[in-house]
Amino acid sequence: MTLSKKPPGLLHATWLLVRKDLLLEWRTRARANALFFFALATLLLFSFALGPDTTILQRAAGGTLWLAILLASVLALGESFRVEQENAALDGLRLAPADARALFLAKAVSNGVLLLLLGAGILPVLGALAGLTLAQRIVINSPVATFALTGSAAMALVLVLGCLAIAAPGTVYAAIASNARARDVLLPLLLFPLLIPALVAAAKATALALEGDPMLQFGSWLGLLASFDLIYWSLGFALFPLVVED
Amino acid sequence: MARTIRLVLSVLALLLLVSGAWLGLAWAPPDREMGDVQRIMYVHLPSVWMGLLGVTLNFVCSVAYLLNPRRTVANLDADALAEASAEVGLFFGTLGLMLGSIWGRPTWGVFWTWDPRLTSMAILLVAYAGYLALRRFIDDAERRAAWSAVVGIIIAVDIPIIWFSVRWWNSLHQVQSSPKTVDPSMVFVLRWNAVAFLLLWLVFLSTRYVIARSRRERELAPPPLASEVAR
Amino acid sequence: MSNALELTDVSKRYGPRWALARLTLQLREGASLLLTGHNGSGKTTLLRILATAFRPTTGLVRLFGRDAVAERESLRPRIGLLGHTSFLYEDLTARENCALLARLAGRSAAEARAVLDRVGLGARADQPVRTFSAGMKKRVAIARLLLKQPELALLDEPFGALDPAGIAEMEEHIRSLTSSGATVVLATHQVAHGLTLCTERLHLVEGRAAPP
Repeated sequence: MTLSKKPPGLLHATWLLVRKDLLLEWRTRARANALFFFALATLLLFSFALGPDTTILQRAAGGTLWLAILLASVLALGESFRVEQENAALDGLRLAPADARALFLAKAVSNGVLLLLLGAGILPVLGALAGLTLAQRIVINSPVATFALTGSAAMALVLVLGCLAIAAPGTVYAAIASNARARDVLLPLLLFPLLIPALVAAAKATALALEGDPMLQFGSWLGLLASFDLIYWSLGFALFPLVVED
Repeated sequence: MARTIRLVLSVLALLLLVSGAWLGLAWAPPDREMGDVQRIMYVHLPSVWMGLLGVTLNFVCSVAYLLNPRRTVANLDADALAEASAEVGLFFGTLGLMLGSIWGRPTWGVFWTWDPRLTSMAILLVAYAGYLALRRFIDDAERRAAWSAVVGIIIAVDIPIIWFSVRWWNSLHQVQSSPKTVDPSMVFVLRWNAVAFLLLWLVFLSTRYVIARSRRERELAPPPLASEVAR
Repeated sequence: MSNALELTDVSKRYGPRWALARLTLQLREGASLLLTGHNGSGKTTLLRILATAFRPTTGLVRLFGRDAVAERESLRPRIGLLGHTSFLYEDLTARENCALLARLAGRSAAEARAVLDRVGLGARADQPVRTFSAGMKKRVAIARLLLKQPELALLDEPFGALDPAGIAEMEEHIRSLTSSGATVVLATHQVAHGLTLCTERLHLVEGRAAPP
């Protein structure tokens, strides 16, 4: 009985793989929980290191949030490929066949989702620790139109774009590091300098979403973050096959 | 033949460096605003330029390596050159950064400021240190070549992004004045030293390339001889 | 009858070692090849190259008349591999593992269920693979291969970790592959079993063909 042998297209394959990755995350959600508590612990560490003065914590909130997400991401990214290496499952998929670019998109999306959930989870905690409030209104002046966002919408936008910025190059680097020696050191060593522009943009934009944006800078930082995302998702899409295929 | 050229270049570089040092320290006039401290620019700027040149060459070699679809043995030349240019670039970049920092002490009173150029260079150096670390931790030569080419491209694409982001980030605080070399004799000395540094860079690069190439050859077994037993 | 495989002067290098050295080999469609040799003789490397998982360092590999490197995307749906590793996600069920493969290969999830029944895992299909014994994992692995109804079936030590009943079952599956017209390449230390299943033999010593 030979039914249709037509393999799915890129988007459909990506969807199948994203479902697989999210399903795996759900099945091993104890690990995701542990990751969440790790991020919380990081927030506490920063709070203690920066001092009990809440004004300092408030001013540093943007940076603190993103540093916590970044540190947790190293663990999350490493783990997302350990599961593929265990029984060479990634190779098995590759030979199914699954387009290596679909493998990239799926991994990057699922990693991005995980980081987004993490970020959304620790934000209220940081808010409580540092006594944060969201700005009332954020205005973005673009050449096309002027947008007015609520503080929470602006914050959500930063979270999404920032997590996507970590996920794409993080996926490529995690694939590489998982096959090299000293992988635990290699991944952060490669990832951190690369992500500095995204970190700067995300931290600044977060601070503006919290404190207000009288000088209308939010749009520029968001633009930088969005450009970073666009460039690195494209680059990852093009280069990931060279990492997993021989 | 190649060794003779390198020897000649080394001697030439040495001559130009020594004369360049004299030109920079004694012959050129002191800067109107900064005085003698400005003279370190004659070595700081060329060092930085050579760092960036190394980075650019690494990017070109990375792309060249990946563009070759068959990735035959011959293309490991591109990989060896990528390794050499990253190391030499890192050396000169670090040197330039330290010299810039030394200039900063008497000028601004501190060893480090978040000047966009210094900051971008520092990030770049850490990134390429990571690149070299990656190369160290992959054992298979062909895999190492492909993966470090990928990483090299990713880092290189980030350079303009880093530059812009750091500039915006810092523009909120202070504006650094850049040294302006208007006096033609200053320009001349700078160019002289730049050429000297370029020659030195070429000497380092070619030596390092030869080392990398011979390491590749030692790592990879030569092609096997034909089978005696046919199936 | 054309050739399922054609290897011309194929070599594969891993750093200082040549795993395969100038191998030339043809296999007709529908034939079955027994691959023998000590550990490290190149059997696994050869199978991986035939599966298009790796590309040869030098030489040309043609599968069903097509270049195995240039056209690997279109060849992969026609090839099934039972490898050293199981290719399974331990935290997914047997059915989920197989259904994913089925969908990616252009088949339906229902076929995945059917093939799991066929290998005798119908009852345990919805349990995570982590809870399976080595023999059961092997069954999921062969299910993955059979699911694709491959024209070229590559089996790397399929009898490893199996008890006699398991071995007999595995032989049955291999026979069903050969009788359905698939081309089979079987690498095993169990030479006696292999000889009953295959029409031809290739013995490798240090990556080269050699008399057994």
